[in-house]
Amino acid sequence: MFPYFRPDNLEDALAALDEHPRIMLAGGTDFFPARVGKSITDNVLDLTGIPQLRAIQQTVEGFQLGALTTWTDIVEAKLPPAFDGLKQAAKTIGGVQTQNAGTLCGNICNTSPAADSVPNLLALEAEVQLQSVRETRVLPLEEFILGNRKTAKKEDELISGIFIPHPAEKALGNFEKLGTRAYLVISIVMVGVVAELNGLDEILNLKIAIGACSPVAQRLRLLEQEAVGQKLNSIEILPKHLELLEPIDDIRASADYRKKVVPELIQRAIKGVLKS
Amino acid sequence: MSTSEKTIVSFILNDAPQTISVNPLRRFSDVLREDLGLTGTKVGCDAGDCGACTILIDGEQRYACLTAVGQLEGHNARTVEGLAESSNLTTLQQAFLDEGAAQCGICTPGMLMAAQSLLDQTANPTESQVLDAIGGVLCRCTGYTKIVQAVLKAGQTSSTEQTPPSGSAVGSRMVKVDGRKKLTGEEIFSADHAPEDSLWLRSIRSPHPRAKFTIAHPEKVLQKYPGMVKVLTADDVTGNNGFGIFPHIKDQPVLAKDHVRFRGEAVVALVGERESVESVSEEDLGLTWEPLEAIRGWDASLSGNLEPVQAEIPDNILAKGFLKKNDVEKGFSESFVVAEGSWTTSAVEHGYIEPEAGYARKVGQRLEIFVCTQAPYLDQTEVAQVLGLAAEQIRIIPSAVGGAFGGKLDISVQPLVALAAWILDRPVRCIYTRPESLASTTKRHPARMNAKAGCSRDGKLTAFEFHGDFNTGAYASWGPTVADRVPIHCTGPYFVPNVLSQTKALLTNETPSGAFRGFGTPQAAIACEALMDELAEKIGMDALDFRIKNALRKGDRTSTNQLLENSVGQVECLESLKSRWQKWRKEAAVFNQKATHIKRGVGCGSAWYGCGNTSLSNPSTIRVGINGKGKVTLYNGAMDIGQGSNTIMVQICADALGLPASQFEYVMGDTDLTADAGKTSASRQAFVSGKATQLSGEHLRAQIIHLAEATEPATLRIEQTEMSATEKLIVEDENGEHVIILADILPQPNGDVLTGEGTFDPPTTTLDENRQGSPYATYGFAAHLAEVEVDTLLGTTKVLRIAAAHDVGRTINPTQVEGQVHGGIAQGLGMALMEEYIQAVSENLHDYLMPTVGDMPEIEVILIEDPEPLGPYGAKGIGEHALIPTAPAILGAIKHATGVSIHHVPATPDRVFTALREAEK
Ligand SMILES: Cc1cc2nc3c(=O)[nH]c(=O)nc-3n(C[C@@H](O)[C@@H](O)[C@H](O)COP(=O)(O)OP(=O)(O)OC[C@H]3O[C@@H](n4cnc5c(N)ncnc54)[C@H](O)[C@@H]3O)c2cc1C
Ligand code: FES
Ligand code: FES
Repeated sequence: MFPYFRPDNLEDALAALDEHPRIMLAGGTDFFPARVGKSITDNVLDLTGIPQLRAIQQTVEGFQLGALTTWTDIVEAKLPPAFDGLKQAAKTIGGVQTQNAGTLCGNICNTSPAADSVPNLLALEAEVQLQSVRETRVLPLEEFILGNRKTAKKEDELISGIFIPHPAEKALGNFEKLGTRAYLVISIVMVGVVAELNGLDEILNLKIAIGACSPVAQRLRLLEQEAVGQKLNSIEILPKHLELLEPIDDIRASADYRKKVVPELIQRAIKGVLKS
Repeated sequence: MSTSEKTIVSFILNDAPQTISVNPLRRFSDVLREDLGLTGTKVGCDAGDCGACTILIDGEQRYACLTAVGQLEGHNARTVEGLAESSNLTTLQQAFLDEGAAQCGICTPGMLMAAQSLLDQTANPTESQVLDAIGGVLCRCTGYTKIVQAVLKAGQTSSTEQTPPSGSAVGSRMVKVDGRKKLTGEEIFSADHAPEDSLWLRSIRSPHPRAKFTIAHPEKVLQKYPGMVKVLTADDVTGNNGFGIFPHIKDQPVLAKDHVRFRGEAVVALVGERESVESVSEEDLGLTWEPLEAIRGWDASLSGNLEPVQAEIPDNILAKGFLKKNDVEKGFSESFVVAEGSWTTSAVEHGYIEPEAGYARKVGQRLEIFVCTQAPYLDQTEVAQVLGLAAEQIRIIPSAVGGAFGGKLDISVQPLVALAAWILDRPVRCIYTRPESLASTTKRHPARMNAKAGCSRDGKLTAFEFHGDFNTGAYASWGPTVADRVPIHCTGPYFVPNVLSQTKALLTNETPSGAFRGFGTPQAAIACEALMDELAEKIGMDALDFRIKNALRKGDRTSTNQLLENSVGQVECLESLKSRWQKWRKEAAVFNQKATHIKRGVGCGSAWYGCGNTSLSNPSTIRVGINGKGKVTLYNGAMDIGQGSNTIMVQICADALGLPASQFEYVMGDTDLTADAGKTSASRQAFVSGKATQLSGEHLRAQIIHLAEATEPATLRIEQTEMSATEKLIVEDENGEHVIILADILPQPNGDVLTGEGTFDPPTTTLDENRQGSPYATYGFAAHLAEVEVDTLLGTTKVLRIAAAHDVGRTINPTQVEGQVHGGIAQGLGMALMEEYIQAVSENLHDYLMPTVGDMPEIEVILIEDPEPLGPYGAKGIGEHALIPTAPAILGAIKHATGVSIHHVPATPDRVFTALREAEK
């Protein structure tokens, strides 16, 4: 057994996981910050030597994001307008250095309530592809992230990629992030939206998720249903729409503040789809 | 154990193939620095939060601290050392040098690499592209303004580098004398150098704000970890286990004994091979804690409900400050209107990008300590008393300092490495981690202030009263200084006939608060300037006119009753802003008419600040010498902490001596080689050491004139020839040339044949029981305007522009003064809007937020020169003045924009939002 393993193909990676549990390393942007001033003794499976994991492909069913897809890859990829929110989220991560290294898969694995990829991935109805030597399975993102620092990944599994079904042709995406400084900022609240409009700017279909207001980002399904048929700029946000949110006080803001600004951010996120 | 497993990694580094055998999981930054000797890549956090380690991998900018070296396999890396070919600077580096974009220079390699990644793609980027490219690198010194300018200029223009001729160095934009090495990665900061065979030292620190502890079996770790050499505890301290900047208050233990008073206090120092030292756990030592209820905040400190923080100080009141001028009661009773309020501020971190580091080694019966510091001579006496040695046995060799701002006035690694090196007779080094630096070093005092001011019907101030409690944390540090300086400065630069001010420095179980740019004055200015706005509003007067009307002028007496005779540029500062003030306010009003939820506002803040220590002797001595080969060396004990004293001292000395600045070399701060030039604090170096430097140059010149039997006016020049031993110093006067053959003069031990020395101690008086007298020889003055935009539905504030007027007496180097102002504004902005240090919570740089390049407004600097006759060529200080007016101006702008006053800083979005909603009720 070797404590650090950097295979050049997926099969070897899966075989190594089958031997014993290991911590996966991708961009390292969560791995290393969690180990400041400590000697690093983890058994690591470094995925960055597997070229086939770093690809964004369009298939008949949708878009296939390889496990090593970075924030920068998302920003630079040619993707339909429904992905604009995800792209905007990618541009707000840390600085360019973090965007060049950090991966979406790492972000969903880290399961921080403030993980900026999650609201838009939820709104895009992303699925997580898990693989072990024994099986390959696919879980909706909502079923993958179980809570703060908890996922449905088994010890012998890795995420081989994220799948996003083709969004409706006219769907537009948007992202709103509220933070205290311009760069290198963690969200106080963020909103991801994918919306389809008719020619009168009325909502045909809405998918919306809120982050940093609950242990895991939440889809607001009631609001999604009730918004259908309404004009883009006259949607009313009611307390019942936000019942799933349970924000907390932390260093970035109070729970009360989060609760009170969420409706405004939702409005901006929805109206803002027209920017894209 | 995995950490010692090695693999072979092959990659290209700065165009050359590299194959190394290494533990593949180590951070690439660490491998570059410790294994490959490339210390140009800096480490400020190891967590992706500061950007100092930014390098290029396959042309993309990446954090070296978040990259496992194993991931380099087959890739192509470039570091700052690989930017330029041979000894030339790239156009980007040259632009940094010309613009003064590197102050301390610790962020510079990362900035350069981030900018280079952009320039490689886009030769002429837009400003917003530049901001995006360097958004992931923090700079604490420059306020980013000159960095952005430099990147925009890179490659566009040819260099504007100036080498001022003899006699015209003062006032020129001469580039930094240490600028070049800050751009190539050659500058040696505190973590960049240590003897090969150094042992490592790591402290174990308290996770509790207050606790008792026992260490059951420290010796066991020596058996468990073969690389461990020594476990130091309080019992190993050979001298006095207490330090503190005041000779009579040595209250902070180097290593705590039995009891800790704040989270982050050191209890054990582990010394040995690095890997072992990093592996030892609390369990290994048998370290057990018994947490005690901690005293937090002003009320708990004063309530007396818990055991006092320090047994010797039963009421937790470490120090009191006081000032009384005439009769405030009478003043208020005669006032037409009175305004009053209370304000609170948070603990603020200095945020220098270089964490504390250094090494010590024993040389005979002496110790050499290489360290980042603002006060080498203080360090010398402090380490000597901790070790029980004579001061002469300690030599402090300062490293280049990667930012300090007051935070490196107190000692950090010095006594620990000194003790270990002394006991073990081996070199010992220590580098603080960022969490360790944040947890264990001083902060700006959180303040709770009540203030009241009155004025007459026509707007003349009548009385000012101030009461401030300053949370000084667990140990004294500079608490007494803050308590002392605030009463003197709290009225702002205004004439007030009746003043009463009282302050307390309170002990709590929080991180010690110490010196931070302004010693409490920035906090007090928030209260004072808010009152000025309110009084002006109450009597229906324009807020800027109100300030001009009350500004101190020549012939006025300050609140200590000091007569101001010279260099009082406050009115000029305010007047210079008047047209902008009117224009900006008008523009904001026009904007707000159309705006829905975004509101703009314009605010103003003033500042004054005494240069030097308060009513205390604080002399500087500077020496300059010429050796037999014609080399001129400035022996400069004043620490350059990025602000640029190395450069301005050369400029001053060059003009005083009458030789071109380009002929100077310099030595900084080494206690064996320079005389004591005091601390780099209290905005004193340009003024006090600058004057001493001028005197040293004049002294040397007088000797040269005498020796040459020439008469003034004369010109000097050194003729260096190929053949040594014939270097001539030529003095030309009205009678022609007089030649001194330098090699003919008997040299001193250091090789110098002619030397000059200057000492200056600014004249002050002692203060009476009401603190009346002349505490400072001179004051600097300033005023800032800020325009902000507040999103009233979210509570977010963006500062759009700032105009900053500063009376600096005389500008020695405009580039550097502008840089100080930009940096001060950035810190003032941070204090106003985002910076808040909370023990245990913000012990990293992603939860402790400092401004990034995207948070900076457009800044205009206006320099007012009302010369100070005592200062070098009329100059006085700028360091602290740059920060003080910013937060008040921003808060005033928020008030103007929204109508709400913010009484607690930082004005984070949730606080502004809450204030807005409450105002609606
Ligand atoms: C300065 C800075 C700023 C940041 N700002 C933001 C921000 O604004 N918003 C935000 O959401 N995030 C932010 N982050 C965090 C963000 O960069 C990470 O969440 C990132 O996306 C994680 O990806 P990574 O590849 O770096 O993961 P790594 O650190 O390499 O790994 C993280 C975790 O994911 C697991 N993992 C990774 N890939 C796989 C896989 N394929 N299969 C199974 N497990 C896997 C690893 O085992 C590990 O536990 C920031 C980070 C830094 C350093
Ligand atoms: S040291 Fe790498 S980002 Fe701070
Ligand atoms: S110059 Fe940027 S941190 Fe000092």
